[in-house]
Amino acid sequence: MDYLYFPGCTLYTKAKNFDQTARNCSLLLGFELKELKNWTCCGATFPLATDNIMALLPPSRILATAREEGTALTTLCAICFNVIKRTNRLIQGDVEKRDKINNFIEKNYQGDLQVLHYLEILKKDIGFPQLKEKVKKPLAGLKAAAYYGCMLLRPFEEMEFDDKEKPALFEEFLEALGAKAIEFPYKIECCGSFQSVGSPDVATECAYKILGSAIKNGAEAMVSTCPMCTFNIDHKQSDIKQKYLDFNPIPVFYFTQLLGVAMGLDYQTLGFDQNAVDPIPLLKEKGLL
Amino acid sequence: MKRLGVFICHCGANIAGTVDVKSVAEKIGKTEDVAHSADYIYMCSEPGQQIIREAIRGKGLDGVVVACCSPSMHENTFRKAVKSQGMNPYLCEIANIREQCSWVHQKEKEEATRKAEEIIQATLEKVRRNDSLEAIAVAINRRVLVVGGGIAGITASLDLAEGGYEVILLEREPALGGHMAQLSRTFPDLDPAFSGLFLKASEVERHPKIHLHCYSELEDVKGYVGNFELVIRKKATSVDRGRCTGCGICIENCPVEYVSQFERGMGIRKAIDTLYPSSVPNKPVIYREHCRYFIDGSCHRCEEVCPEKAIDFKQEDERISEKVGAVVVATGYELYPKEQLGEYGYGEIPDVIDGLGFERMLSPNGPTKGKIIRPSDGKVPKEMVFIQCVASRDPDRYMPYCSRICCMVTAKHAKIYKEQVPDGQPYIFYMDIRSDCKGYEEFLQKTIEEKRLLYLRGRVSRVFQDDGRVRVLGVDTLTGKMVEVAADMVVLATAIVPSNGVKDLAAKLRATVDRHGFLTEAHIKLYPVESSTKGIYLAGCGQSPKDISDTVSQASATASKIQALLSTDKLLQDPLIAFVDEEICSGCGICVEICPYEAREMDPHRGISMVHSALCQGCGACIASCPNNACELRNGSASQVLRMVDTFVS
Repeated sequence: MDYLYFPGCTLYTKAKNFDQTARNCSLLLGFELKELKNWTCCGATFPLATDNIMALLPPSRILATAREEGTALTTLCAICFNVIKRTNRLIQGDVEKRDKINNFIEKNYQGDLQVLHYLEILKKDIGFPQLKEKVKKPLAGLKAAAYYGCMLLRPFEEMEFDDKEKPALFEEFLEALGAKAIEFPYKIECCGSFQSVGSPDVATECAYKILGSAIKNGAEAMVSTCPMCTFNIDHKQSDIKQKYLDFNPIPVFYFTQLLGVAMGLDYQTLGFDQNAVDPIPLLKEKGLL
Repeated sequence: MKRLGVFICHCGANIAGTVDVKSVAEKIGKTEDVAHSADYIYMCSEPGQQIIREAIRGKGLDGVVVACCSPSMHENTFRKAVKSQGMNPYLCEIANIREQCSWVHQKEKEEATRKAEEIIQATLEKVRRNDSLEAIAVAINRRVLVVGGGIAGITASLDLAEGGYEVILLEREPALGGHMAQLSRTFPDLDPAFSGLFLKASEVERHPKIHLHCYSELEDVKGYVGNFELVIRKKATSVDRGRCTGCGICIENCPVEYVSQFERGMGIRKAIDTLYPSSVPNKPVIYREHCRYFIDGSCHRCEEVCPEKAIDFKQEDERISEKVGAVVVATGYELYPKEQLGEYGYGEIPDVIDGLGFERMLSPNGPTKGKIIRPSDGKVPKEMVFIQCVASRDPDRYMPYCSRICCMVTAKHAKIYKEQVPDGQPYIFYMDIRSDCKGYEEFLQKTIEEKRLLYLRGRVSRVFQDDGRVRVLGVDTLTGKMVEVAADMVVLATAIVPSNGVKDLAAKLRATVDRHGFLTEAHIKLYPVESSTKGIYLAGCGQSPKDISDTVSQASATASKIQALLSTDKLLQDPLIAFVDEEICSGCGICVEICPYEAREMDPHRGISMVHSALCQGCGACIASCPNNACELRNGSASQVLRMVDTFVS
């Protein structure tokens, strides 16, 4: 089965490893990510002002184009997922805005598209028990902390992804790969997001709290679904190290990279060169490479 | 030809600010059978009523329309006014041109003026065909049922009994007291809650006019104001109340222990137990779902040790029938379950407790004998976080309303904590402080200053366990900074919600509840203790969140209202009810089944349907369902209604 797929800008640049591993893994799992034609940037933030219809146009155009090709649209990046899913809900429920948007983008999109996240395909369409059976190299002994961030879950009544305060889907995924999922209280706290541009210290502090809490609870690696989070908690670790001398960096994986390891993909295709903290020593130590 | 009078009220600027009352009065005055048309600034005032009285006398009117506010406000006022001049009160009708016209069309003055005129014309059509009617007199039972034995039910029962009326008091728990029995001390005087309650509860138990049924529920209600017929289910206590002396030997010997809800999960209770130590009545019941005799027959310990042979495993539920004239619903509240609050840890963190849990902890008869200790390890908490407005004032996710008691409860908690743990630091997260009753603000200011309480204005986003402590993430909106507290214990001031089962009870009583399940009063300002169903009265937190002072005041108000109701032998009821054209009725019986008030009955001899005038509420269900149009509403007949509709559509 094929899934219509919206990669998003970052997955073509800084997070190529996220995109590539997702595509390669899907083929091993029996489906293909069929890239949406003529896609654009999703806008990267869902507008907070109710009259900011301009910011809704890019995701609306993406949705309308996707509807011409299929009935569901799959995303990987948590921010794209958030923006596109929330825009879709808004179009479903708000006739006035829907008409205004359609009028502007010269489409007639009614909101009848399902917006999916890759993890949802793994859980609902493939099934975690079935995924477990397909795993070639179980990640036995790897203690990994699933980091949700904000965008997958909130606002929870719009995202309908998992429990807002105590999500478990991501952990179930890691357990299916054979890893030990580490529980830590900061798994749904904000990574600092775009603060890393204007107030980098704020973002560093956020990342330090998240990483510190995960490490204290026994995590050897973090797993992310979002290039933004990954930037803050992976690439910022050198800044943290400068400020907190006793901090020991740990690798941060995209969940598809770990899926790739477990599915037995050649590690040279997993794009570890784009990870800030090199995960190869840890994987070697665990006998996974 | 009729001689009708029309009186148009300005209601200050409420009506006249939108509707051109002068021109309406002038136009209506030109109607053929309108002998008098006038307007006045306040028709309900004494001079206004005088205008009506004089016109009736002077012009010999035989029908009146008052165009003003809703009939629920002043219909009675004007009917009394016309009656004083010898006119039948049911020949006076209200044309509502305020709520249904001027208030909703403030920006469309011309249209509003036209609509007001049409409303008056339509009401004239009704009055032209109104009959003179007499109120229906119904005999009245002068006993009262009180549902709920908390402080509201106790107060109402005592007031009524002191007034000389017999009271039946139902409490579903085995003892009186409600949530007040769980409290330590009350604000703003810091009196021990239990001693005051105990005094009143004992008085109830002894009072010759009060029939107390604990461990009992209302199973069925029939009838109407003045004449309710009840079926009460007394649950089997498995203890012979006559023999039991309350010695407590059975409780000591019972081998079954489980978590006590009364102690908010922090204490244990036995399978045979009283509701709380020294409860009123102080006799135990067997909680059958926990008792080994009832689970597998393996234990007879209590039966063996009871010196009075009072244990009766064979006892069954008992059903009692009673008759009363009025009912007080004093069903009280619950706290919003912390198990449903994700941001505070779904009730899974042992050191996060709710306000009633903290009250139990502070109570000398509670699980810790009044000592403040962490439930997880028994240590004295040095950093305490109190969170106000938990699940209150949060329309998106929880309850939109203010629970009213939390500000004061939290200040009291922090004060007592600081007295017991002088080197401890309380932090209080709040939205704003509401302390608007007598002595509250003074109590609060004194407490904050003397105890140096740290109030942080802002919400808490998450609470979680970390390193054996409870980490609280919040914000202080006055400094704009994030706040993180590593607390030893957290107390949540959770929202007040109606107690379980109120919706079912309300349905039995035909009383209404709002969307949160609080019982609705007939009018928020003018009839605050009456429900929308006649004869059903409200007291306490079942109606809305309130503290003990307000609950007691409301319960006394309710009791006074009922005493006024029961002070006469006969009750006068509106005659605006259904009647049957006996010539047309075919006796099909559809109306009997459809009537929600059991007011329709077949006459077996004549084979036609009858209306029980005391039961009929004039709802019109039978009229709509009658296939032969044999049924009509007095002064609301089909021909009247159709002519009114014609006025609007022509």
